[in-house]
Amino acid sequence: MDAAVRELSYSQAIQEAMAIAMEADERVILMGEDIGVYGGAFQVTGDLIDRFGPDRVMDTPISELGGAGVAVGAAVTGLRPIFEFQFSDFAALAMEQIVNQAAKMRYMLGGAVSVPVVMRFPGGSGTGAAAQHSQSLEAWLGHVPGLKVIQPATPHDVKGMLLAAVADPDPVMIFEHKLLYKMKGPVPEGHYTVPIGKAEVRREGRDLTVVATSLMVHKALEAAETLAAEGMDVEVIDLRTIRPMDRETVIESVKKTSRLMCVYEGVKTLGVGAELSAMVAESEAFDYLDAPIVRLGGAETPIPYNPELEKAAVPQVPGIVAAARDLIRGAR
Amino acid sequence: MAKTTAAKAAPAAEGGNLPFIYREYPRETLLGALRKMHLIRKFEEGAEESYMRGLIHGTMHLSIGQEASAMGICLPLTNDDQITSTHRGHGHCIAKGADVKRMFAEFFGKTTGYCAGRGGSMHIADVTTGNLGANGIVGGGLPIAVGAALTAKRLKTGKVAVCFFGDGANNEGAFHEALNMASVWKLPVVFVCENNKYGMSTSTERSTAVANIADRAAAYSMPGVIVDGNVLSDVAEASHAAVERARRGEGPSLIECKTYRYRGHSKSDRNRYRTKDEIDDWMSNRDPIERYEAQLVEFGIAKADEIEAIRASVAEEIAAGIEFAKASPAPEIADLANYVYTEQA
Amino acid sequence: MPVEVIMPKVDMDMATGRISKWFFGDGAEVKKGDVLFEIETDKAAMEIDAPASGTLRDISGREGVDIAVGAPVAWIYEAGEAYAGAPAQQPAPAAAEPAKAPEEARPAAAVPAVPPAAADTGGKVRATPLARRLAQEAGIDLSAVGGSGPKGRVTRADVLAWRPPEKPACTAAAPAASPAPAPAGPSDEQVRRLFAEGSYEVVAHSNMRRTIARRLVEAKSTVPHFYLTVDCSIDALLKLRTELNAAAPVADGRPDFKLSVNDMVIRAYAMALRAVPEANVSWTEEGLLKHRHADIGVAVSVPGGLITPIVRSAEIKTLSAISSEMKDLAARAKDGKLKAEEYQGGTGAVSNLGMFGVREFAAIVNPPHATILAVGAGERRPVMVGDEVRGATLMTVTLSTDHRAVDGALGAELIGAFRSYIERPMLMLV
Repeated sequence: MDAAVRELSYSQAIQEAMAIAMEADERVILMGEDIGVYGGAFQVTGDLIDRFGPDRVMDTPISELGGAGVAVGAAVTGLRPIFEFQFSDFAALAMEQIVNQAAKMRYMLGGAVSVPVVMRFPGGSGTGAAAQHSQSLEAWLGHVPGLKVIQPATPHDVKGMLLAAVADPDPVMIFEHKLLYKMKGPVPEGHYTVPIGKAEVRREGRDLTVVATSLMVHKALEAAETLAAEGMDVEVIDLRTIRPMDRETVIESVKKTSRLMCVYEGVKTLGVGAELSAMVAESEAFDYLDAPIVRLGGAETPIPYNPELEKAAVPQVPGIVAAARDLIRGAR
Repeated sequence: MAKTTAAKAAPAAEGGNLPFIYREYPRETLLGALRKMHLIRKFEEGAEESYMRGLIHGTMHLSIGQEASAMGICLPLTNDDQITSTHRGHGHCIAKGADVKRMFAEFFGKTTGYCAGRGGSMHIADVTTGNLGANGIVGGGLPIAVGAALTAKRLKTGKVAVCFFGDGANNEGAFHEALNMASVWKLPVVFVCENNKYGMSTSTERSTAVANIADRAAAYSMPGVIVDGNVLSDVAEASHAAVERARRGEGPSLIECKTYRYRGHSKSDRNRYRTKDEIDDWMSNRDPIERYEAQLVEFGIAKADEIEAIRASVAEEIAAGIEFAKASPAPEIADLANYVYTEQA
Repeated sequence: MPVEVIMPKVDMDMATGRISKWFFGDGAEVKKGDVLFEIETDKAAMEIDAPASGTLRDISGREGVDIAVGAPVAWIYEAGEAYAGAPAQQPAPAAAEPAKAPEEARPAAAVPAVPPAAADTGGKVRATPLARRLAQEAGIDLSAVGGSGPKGRVTRADVLAWRPPEKPACTAAAPAASPAPAPAGPSDEQVRRLFAEGSYEVVAHSNMRRTIARRLVEAKSTVPHFYLTVDCSIDALLKLRTELNAAAPVADGRPDFKLSVNDMVIRAYAMALRAVPEANVSWTEEGLLKHRHADIGVAVSVPGGLITPIVRSAEIKTLSAISSEMKDLAARAKDGKLKAEEYQGGTGAVSNLGMFGVREFAAIVNPPHATILAVGAGERRPVMVGDEVRGATLMTVTLSTDHRAVDGALGAELIGAFRSYIERPMLMLV
């Protein structure tokens, strides 16, 4: 099967995935604030309401807690809702339903139910939206057993992983970096899935393993090119899923390169990088480490408004290059 | 498929002046309801006793005194209809049709329990009889019930979702968001507030800006009905009307059952916020089971010895349930992570 | 049957309770719901009601004692029920008395413990986990390995480069001076006796000199060498070099690069190793390490010896990158400022004595390399083109290989590939 491959933007890829899922299964519905005729705050749902009607592309009131809960209840009883948060920051309003209900319901009921809900969280900084509309909160939800948490970094992956999420019987949380929405890349036509829980080696190298998430994958790849010109050979892993985390790919890579750097946009402390570092330090890869593990994460501040401050609050390519260079040269 | 509200065979008694249930339901249904109310009370007493003996751990929230509310609301429902329940949810579970053996087993933390020993009292559920679960979070079940109603409407199943919650939950944001959405979308859901006067220790007078929870229905353009939650027939009548309205596609309703819990909020309650006189008054003069039994005798539906036989059979069932729970196997430690995900890692 | 009164569980995590007060005594008449006794929990006092009406008897739960949850503390007899003495029950068992609090046994004014000696890096070796593991596997004492990392941290490279000190010769007892490696050869004394006293001076060995001596003895005596020699025409290469250098962008009055013949030799050799990957290997007893990149060691002569800094992944670097990197490495090599990992490892080597006018020579393979290319001077020589004699600039190169890893035909393929890059140098630009 040679499905045609076109260039689509990340948001087009999401929209296409949702449309394919809705065509295939009447039970799939979209819920969210202003996703109908408005098309969603980031135009991800776009014109889907014209194709599927307001009963399947449902505008909710501005009620994140209630809306998320309705999606959970609908999922438990037979629908397959895809619930869009307008900004991932608004997850804070709905944590009760996500953390106490969706994540735990199957366990609390001894396996009597499943909760096949998909929730989408546009996140990340770089749009000048300041502290309450720019956070990367995936680690919050990554901390909760019962949830699956993914961060696709390319149009190809977001389509395949969203389709995998819709088919998944458990709640899947998708964190989409807002700066990725316009990024274009090859996307096959038709239905395909990209597995949840599997990282992807985006670039092979032998001097250093960089594990990155979401937008940072692209920054790490850019940094790796700069470093290659200096003779440093960096392996870049796109983690793709933060729960359940792909131990094997990361550990095998670190055993090969003997060095680990984690690059992620969420606040550095107690974040994805902390987990990766601990995972590697606890594993058989420990005995292969030839340098300290390095984390590059978001600053210990809210995301600021001023564009230069905003850039400084999250990892950027020159910083990644400098840290990697020091690490490989043994200066850290 | 639950297309119609539960059976209306030959009613137990004729006569325009009789209360609703005697006109509406056959004798077996009425006696079955009495048996379930006893089952609820004896189950909770048995659980309390087992708890005090250290056989049950954690805590539990007893609904002794509120049996008519649970039973009356569930009377018009079928197994296909779905409920969401609360931390004080044993009664809802039994009224909806659960087996006390498996409930005891759950309380004892055994694999034969409804939740395989993972949930306990606070998450008791029997999905096969339409109970989507008790909930440890006040107000947690409200949006979930609305979601269940959304499924029913979208898939045209004819099911109705009933959402039990307490007076405390009416001050949670989830209550307001859920009622609003249910009304905007005209979903087949019935909101049932069991107002037992206290959210833990804080009275509704001190916590709630309106005199009756049902008054809040107006804000969401739905009927709001107040009933004596300790009178089975009154509760069932209100439930019947709301369920029928929901089935007709006319949208949600709010029922407020005024009732009372005899026991404390949980097992660590010292009852400092209410008087012994108040408790005694409810227990002596307004007990829902005694009032129902008196009516059954008065209307000639049951004799005293028949009621006594029901009690005895309930006692047997409870004793057998406890034995079943004690004899059931505990979960394997190695199975700790079962049920976290549908596909085990 | 009398009704048992038990110590109830009234709180989560409660295993025992303590009765603070009984409100009725033995033999008292009680009604169901009367407050029988009060218990203390961690949080508060709780009143416990009588579970039945009747006569209270056999109060076994004493006040102020920890009693296990579920244990009977008394019995209530129905009116008229026969009392036949205490039921066959132990008195409410007091929960096991906790062992006397240890603080009572503690001296009133505890003397603070002597603080541990300040963290002393002398005791602990700073090393990466990988270095530790490698050292352990090889039986190397980490404290003997000098660390090249920050604060003396020992890395993989340090362990791999470390060699045990030689056994002292039985006669020479000079402290701290380890003798030059001279396996089975004449002793120092025997050598000195061949020369008249005063006809020489003794120049103490530097560490570098010792290392060179040791490693080359090791290499030449353990690596089976063989040699392949070819002539390369370099007229095209010289022309291209001139053109490239002339085209170098100029910034601040200085050209961006100035390529040397050697830079081009490095690149050509790296590309040859990429073209013949079977020759880009290292011998180990367990198996051949087949390298993914061509890391070229380049012999640089420095005062007192030589050192071979490594141009890593030279097959993917541009000529200008190789050139600037070589300038930097050579300058720092001469200043003794190379880091261990800048001269350790490598998958092949180049030694160029052309600038000294050497026409051809053979070099010693230095493991872990499997090959080394010895490069002579480019010089005008007559060559036969058809039946005519023409002048050409030729450069003679000799490839030394480790026969364990690279056989003759493979070596020939490698040196052939090298010659084709040198003679058609435009291929190095793509």
